[in-house]
Amino acid sequence: MKDTKNGSAEWEKKFSKTCETSGVTNPSGREIKPLYGPADIESLDYGRDLGFPGEYPFTRGVYTTMHRGRLWTMRQFSGFGTARDSNQRYHFLLDRGQTGLSVAFDMPTIMGYDSDHVRSHGEVGMCGVAIDSLKDMEILFDEIPLDKVSTSMTINAPAAMLLAFYICVGEKQGVSSDKVRGTIQNDILKEYIAQKSWIFPPEPSMRIITDILAFCSDHVPKWNTISISGYHIREAGSTAAQELAFTLADGFTYVEAGIKAGLDVDKFAPRLSFFFNSHLDFFEEIAKYRAARRIWAKRMKEKYGARKEESLLVRFHTQTAGCTLTAQQPENNIIRTAYQAMSGVLGGTQSLHTNSMDETLALPSEKAVQIALRTQQLLAYETGVANTIDPLAGSYYIEHLTDKLEEEAEAYFEKIDDLGGVVKAIDLGFFQKEIADAAYRYQREIEKKTKIVVGVNDFVIDDEEIDIDILRIDYRVEREQTEALKKLRSERDNGAASTALDALRSAAGGTENLMPRILDCSRAYCTLGEMIDVLRDVFGEYKEPIVY
Amino acid sequence: MERKIRVLVAKPGLDGHDRGAKVVASALRDAGMEVVYTGLHQTPEMVVEAAIQEDVDVVGLSILSGAHAVLFPKIVDLLKERGAGDKLVIAGGIIPEDDVEELKKVGIANVFGPGTTTTEITEYVKKEIASRSK
Repeated sequence: MKDTKNGSAEWEKKFSKTCETSGVTNPSGREIKPLYGPADIESLDYGRDLGFPGEYPFTRGVYTTMHRGRLWTMRQFSGFGTARDSNQRYHFLLDRGQTGLSVAFDMPTIMGYDSDHVRSHGEVGMCGVAIDSLKDMEILFDEIPLDKVSTSMTINAPAAMLLAFYICVGEKQGVSSDKVRGTIQNDILKEYIAQKSWIFPPEPSMRIITDILAFCSDHVPKWNTISISGYHIREAGSTAAQELAFTLADGFTYVEAGIKAGLDVDKFAPRLSFFFNSHLDFFEEIAKYRAARRIWAKRMKEKYGARKEESLLVRFHTQTAGCTLTAQQPENNIIRTAYQAMSGVLGGTQSLHTNSMDETLALPSEKAVQIALRTQQLLAYETGVANTIDPLAGSYYIEHLTDKLEEEAEAYFEKIDDLGGVVKAIDLGFFQKEIADAAYRYQREIEKKTKIVVGVNDFVIDDEEIDIDILRIDYRVEREQTEALKKLRSERDNGAASTALDALRSAAGGTENLMPRILDCSRAYCTLGEMIDVLRDVFGEYKEPIVY
Repeated sequence: MERKIRVLVAKPGLDGHDRGAKVVASALRDAGMEVVYTGLHQTPEMVVEAAIQEDVDVVGLSILSGAHAVLFPKIVDLLKERGAGDKLVIAGGIIPEDDVEELKKVGIANVFGPGTTTTEITEYVKKEIASRSK
């Protein structure tokens, strides 16, 4: 038998006669070799590093049966205009075979302003649905039974209020809080790092989060309390290793905060879930998901003393990379999205959103979102990629990349510890600078054409006419929301509303759990803006360190 | 010595997408301009105040939430009100073609959409400012 090492040297010699062996990098800036072999995974130990699906360290998947037992949830992030407009879109998506809901809120809702606030002018219903009170939420889920469907809500600073609205809608439908299923994003650390939709400073924000963890473990046991998100970190320009490391570092920070607040790690950790990006480099992305599972399981067990298996699992949602879509030749985005979605599936995702081709131009049209959903259905039912669990395991390249990403993440954890932890590193602008630098490097590569973006810096069509219909939101939405708010404020029991707000204020000033107070405010039809204003008074507002 | 071109890169509105604004700010800086970045969540009044305080030649606005149709014209109006209507105002973001025409009518000199290179922006700014100082 031929010695593999010498064989490799021989091959390399032949290869380098006509071809450069180095100089090829991926979008993360990682140098990629033309060939990987046994020498690249010499230290790999199957039992220790991989294990079987559903077995520690869960590298191959968090469940024994994975997609053979249950396909991923097809969950298109969606919301625009009024609650009525979005309710119609949800019914459309459910009719087309979508299996879970995912709510996109407009910027005023995300930032805790009512639709009639001066800062909301021009933004109402634009990039998501406008929700001002429980009234809007009742309309949003009209004829959608909350005991049948699970709902993910992309909401962070005001996550407690939107969760409260959802629980109240359930109450009205006769579905108790222990039966509702879903997710709030509720990941404020990545807001400071990347998505930048913050309201309060880190300390009170972390307190709200631990209140939610405690409340849900007693009253909303099927709810995913934090969706620890790398998606936005990546969209802001990070590399794959940075996405992996910063996301998991945020996750560990929540775990430490929960433990510090006196909670049993095995009581809240099983309800933590994750949200990753699925970017351009097919293999690196798959390795990233595998590394995430392994790192999280090891740390949760070894460092945080979790004993329950559910506490060790990286259950995650994936979204294809919005930042890779192009305004030029938008139909090409269908293909980009399909490849990215496939890496999410091969990486063992539990839930998936596929972007629509028109999202660099506007919110998706019905036609575009249907194609995006069909992309997932094609993957699930035609390509056969869901038939075998973790099919790329054992590949020299994939296992090498998985190890590499783990190593790089560990190096970042050390660096973050040296800086004094995640919150301190945010204050110092560490993550923000790392991400801005990576984004700028990538942009320069595109401009130097060392990275090709099809339709943008190569394969360009001169004087291209873009010929797809786009969705337009008009100012009717802002008018309607403003009128509805006026009506709400004149019809509700204002005495009860202000009593509830006073109780929230005094709870915020003390240490009692805020969730019951927020639920009382919701039931009294206090608006989101009213609740946030009370907390802004008590907690103050965050100011960002400016770095680029 | 020739005065460097001074640019304010601003994020009016509520959206937190600052990747584009920061990339453009870095590129303008690397092209030899003095760049001031406002940070996020600015009101039109805050942007105009900063533009005047910093005595900039150029105001670059970025919005990705759809609020451009309201906020950009407001900024242009406020600049005029405060006697600073001569500044070059340019913009970028997720801005549909129909809106671009409207924005140009109200005084946004140019709108740079997705896929624009930073070189196009820096060259444009240099050329415009040079033609103005003639």
